[in-house]
Amino acid sequence: MKKSQIVEQAVHLVFLLLGLITVGCVLLITVYLVVSGIPAIREIGLTAFLFGTEWVSTAAEPKYGILPFILTSVYGAAGAILIGVPIGLLAAVYLSKLASPGVKAVMQSAVSLLAGIPSVVYGLVGMLVLVPGIRTLFGVPDGASLLAAILVLAVMILPSTIKLSITALDAVPKEYEDASLALGATPVETYCKVSVPAAKSGIAAAVVLGVGRAIGEAMAVMMVAGNVPNMPDSLFQSVRFLTTAVSSELAYAGGLQRQALFSIALVLFLFIMLINAALNFFLKREKE
Amino acid sequence: MLRQPLSAKRKHYERLWKAVMRLSVGLTAALVLLLLAYVLAKGAPHITWGLLSTRPSYLTGKIGILPDILNTLYIIIATLLLVLPLGVGAAIYLTEYAASKRVVSVIEYAAETLSGIPSIIYGLVGMLLFSNNMGTCLLAGALTLVIMNLPTIMRATQESLKTVPQSYREGAFSLGAGKWRVVRTVVLPGCVDGIVTGCILSVGRILGESAALLYTAGFAHALYGMLDGLAAPGATLTVALYVYAKEQGEFNVAFAIAAILMVLTVLVNFAAALVQKYFTKRRSA
Amino acid sequence: MTSIITVKDMCLWYGAHQALHHIGIEIPEKSITALIGPSGCGKSTLLKTLNRMNDLIPDVKITGDIRYDGTDIFSREVDVNQLRKEVGMVFQKPNPFPMSIYDNVAYGPRVHGVTGRARLDEIVERALRGAAIWDEVKDRLRKNALGLSGGQQQRLCIARALAVEPRVLLMDEPTSALDPISTSRIEELAMELKEKYTIVMVTHNMQQAVRVSDYTAFFLLGELVECGQTDDIFSQPRDKRTEDYITGRFG
Repeated sequence: MKKSQIVEQAVHLVFLLLGLITVGCVLLITVYLVVSGIPAIREIGLTAFLFGTEWVSTAAEPKYGILPFILTSVYGAAGAILIGVPIGLLAAVYLSKLASPGVKAVMQSAVSLLAGIPSVVYGLVGMLVLVPGIRTLFGVPDGASLLAAILVLAVMILPSTIKLSITALDAVPKEYEDASLALGATPVETYCKVSVPAAKSGIAAAVVLGVGRAIGEAMAVMMVAGNVPNMPDSLFQSVRFLTTAVSSELAYAGGLQRQALFSIALVLFLFIMLINAALNFFLKREKE
Repeated sequence: MLRQPLSAKRKHYERLWKAVMRLSVGLTAALVLLLLAYVLAKGAPHITWGLLSTRPSYLTGKIGILPDILNTLYIIIATLLLVLPLGVGAAIYLTEYAASKRVVSVIEYAAETLSGIPSIIYGLVGMLLFSNNMGTCLLAGALTLVIMNLPTIMRATQESLKTVPQSYREGAFSLGAGKWRVVRTVVLPGCVDGIVTGCILSVGRILGESAALLYTAGFAHALYGMLDGLAAPGATLTVALYVYAKEQGEFNVAFAIAAILMVLTVLVNFAAALVQKYFTKRRSA
Repeated sequence: MTSIITVKDMCLWYGAHQALHHIGIEIPEKSITALIGPSGCGKSTLLKTLNRMNDLIPDVKITGDIRYDGTDIFSREVDVNQLRKEVGMVFQKPNPFPMSIYDNVAYGPRVHGVTGRARLDEIVERALRGAAIWDEVKDRLRKNALGLSGGQQQRLCIARALAVEPRVLLMDEPTSALDPISTSRIEELAMELKEKYTIVMVTHNMQQAVRVSDYTAFFLLGELVECGQTDDIFSQPRDKRTEDYITGRFG
């Protein structure tokens, strides 16, 4: 009797620990990033770090300003959203409401496939198709640019935008649509004016998830953005994102430079945590 | 009145939006097809037996990707072996043991957070946490991937556990079985579809991962057996693709790898769809 | 008494299943016609055919003749959206859009091309007054319509239907989801509305048919058994089946 109780208690404890592993991992990652990210910020100064417009890490008198990276990441995500979300949302409305079941099924597996393609493959195709294409089309010396990164990111956020929007649109009660049709609205008017607004929380979640993806993507933009720490003044500028700023110097950096890379990671992490909170907010509203 | 046709403005509205919607769907479909066709066309001619069965040699100047294939395989096996007990255990805790709603929501929020963290951050933390202690090696990469894939396995298992009827558990309890016994005999068998689905999703994710591996598993191309391989640095297929394309300008090899990755992605997607179909059918039967 | 809708020899199939058999009925203008009968008898199907909402269901086949104001509603020249503007509908479950009260009522007019704040304000107020809900909502027009009670939501839906200035209102068991007090308010409203509109109401509730309707049509197994003045149907039914139904022998 006693022995079996001990076993039960022990098993319960083991499962509790397993359950808490995710929490432990989040805490571990947070603590590691904060601890390794703070020293460089202290040494450089928070304003000089966040708002400094120059990043020259290898000069005799190095400067560690990451505003170019922050702006590039923000512009990159915004551009990707601007292109990817309208296409994704329109496709989702069509697939959810107008397409035949066959077309819907085929397109859904195509979209899953798009989501599964490794980011290095996107990077490779971007490098060899998009970058030379931009160079010849716009007559710029180097096609590796913010624009190339935006286009690649727009394609990469397309699958999640379509998938989440379809889910949200499928869940719109049919009664709303019936009411609109019965008032003499055409099907397309109904979908645009009733179904999409009714699904807005889910669509907002899709957008926020896309922002997170775009800000977090490293390899594909590393391969197409040119990776030069310029301020993103024009679409054709070679730029460096927060993600690529971390990875491009990590291999050889030491001392303060290395610590500054950890600080960039911390900034990136804070961005993502904010986005996660927003995502959670929208997903919760969608459920209600 | 009734014969009055739809106003021109509304007719245009209808046509215009339908057209842009069709265009968006067409664009998406074209993207998928063109990407697949382009990568396969550029890559397939360079997939040779020599490429698949050898390792790169500076002496002959020839490139082989056998080590990268093996590394990918090793890292998938190691990651799954480590993440399965953790993820399944966490899911069982959530559905069977957790009494407080608070704890459940904290754990689920943590899982959401984990799945939102970009892989480059995993790479950095993995480097600090694992590679700095055990050296850059496949195992360090696998451990990093374990954290990344934890939410995937956990959620897939949770989903499948939700479909285990409460009456099964009650039936077992009413026969006087202890909780652990119920978990072992009733709950665990119910996880199988979750585990299978989770594994397929994780394999897809690991196949595509690169940023998290670059600084944890490294990018060497040495040929090892599984155990030695895990202790040594090594590139997976994606990392190898990146290195060959970005650092060495070996685009033919990069495209060959890309084509292989594309085919594997298609297969993984296909398997996931198939498994899902099978389980839904069995559940409804 | 002129008829606004005339149905002649109408049959309807869902795939291979015939749901309506050779229906012939005339709907008199500015009156309330109740469609009664047990569940599955086809009364809702007939209602949804009158504004062609059945078009949305795949595999529906309809034969026969339905005329609205003398025009065949299935004619190629008829625009279905125009028909639905003329023949409005109120559903069984109150289904306001998840928008503000104002936007709910203004939705129809906006779709049909009404612009301009003042004009819309006027239409919204008139529709809400017409549905006897203006006094309850005039101070919260910008609030979400889902915050209203069930009865208020249904009256809002009636206001929404009135805002596009229909001539006919189809009501599909409009009170079955409501409490008795809300039900009687909707019934009173229906009786006020027949001054200006023609109402066709499907109901399960025999007392309701007696209370509000001028004409009653009794359906059974997809057939129209008999129709006529409500008083006649309930006091001296011609058909044995009608008598059995209204005296509660089956339901």
